[in-house]
Amino acid sequence: MTLLITVFAAAICTAVWYKTDSREEMKLGTLCLIYWGASLMWLVDAVYGSLELKAEYFTPSPADMLNDTFLGLSAAALGLVIWLAVLLIKDPKNVVKNALFKRKN
Amino acid sequence: MACILVPMTEAIITTITAKVVESKEEKTIQDLNCAEDTGSMEKMPFSRKLKWLNNMLWGGSGLLVFEHIWHGEIVPWFPFLTAASNAADTSAMLNEMATVGVGMSIIVTAVWLAMVGITSAMEKKALKEQPPEETA
Repeated sequence: MTLLITVFAAAICTAVWYKTDSREEMKLGTLCLIYWGASLMWLVDAVYGSLELKAEYFTPSPADMLNDTFLGLSAAALGLVIWLAVLLIKDPKNVVKNALFKRKN
Repeated sequence: MACILVPMTEAIITTITAKVVESKEEKTIQDLNCAEDTGSMEKMPFSRKLKWLNNMLWGGSGLLVFEHIWHGEIVPWFPFLTAASNAADTSAMLNEMATVGVGMSIIVTAVWLAMVGITSAMEKKALKEQPPEETA
């Protein structure tokens, strides 16, 4: 579930980046790479998990699925927070800079 | 358990490499005195492509650290990894690092290499299609 949620987040981000952020003004490329990196890592984890647990891996209990869903959503939210921090620190559109140092004229 | 340590180590190495490559590229541009924009298409610097790998490794590691905290495998007190507190768990942890951790690093690096290969081919194609007066 965690892997699925992250892959969906990565795919949606990539589509939005392709459509809107050609000049990297919103740093959406960074968010895409964060989600794709996590998706690939969780994919490897899932492959090893399925090799170890076999069929049991694909039939999780409802409680485990719910826990994994919350984890996936929380991870996606954390990815968004990291992206926002990067966006505000790098400030490609100078929004933060202009807000902090308002010109007097 | 601690599989995440392998891609994190790789991320540290690639971040340092990217900084070194970037400073070398800047120096080369200054030496060639070609910093001004000529209006023609230029190849993407390698340091920028290396940053893709950094972002994937750091981003993935960050979210996986969160997952490990969620599952109680990382704790805020020494030795920080619950698996490192006894010998039996430490052995399993090292085994997981050697299998899952290395696998994570390999797949992320392989995907990045594919990205670099595809974009390099696209750049070559775009430069070939450029009119001759612009390439001069």
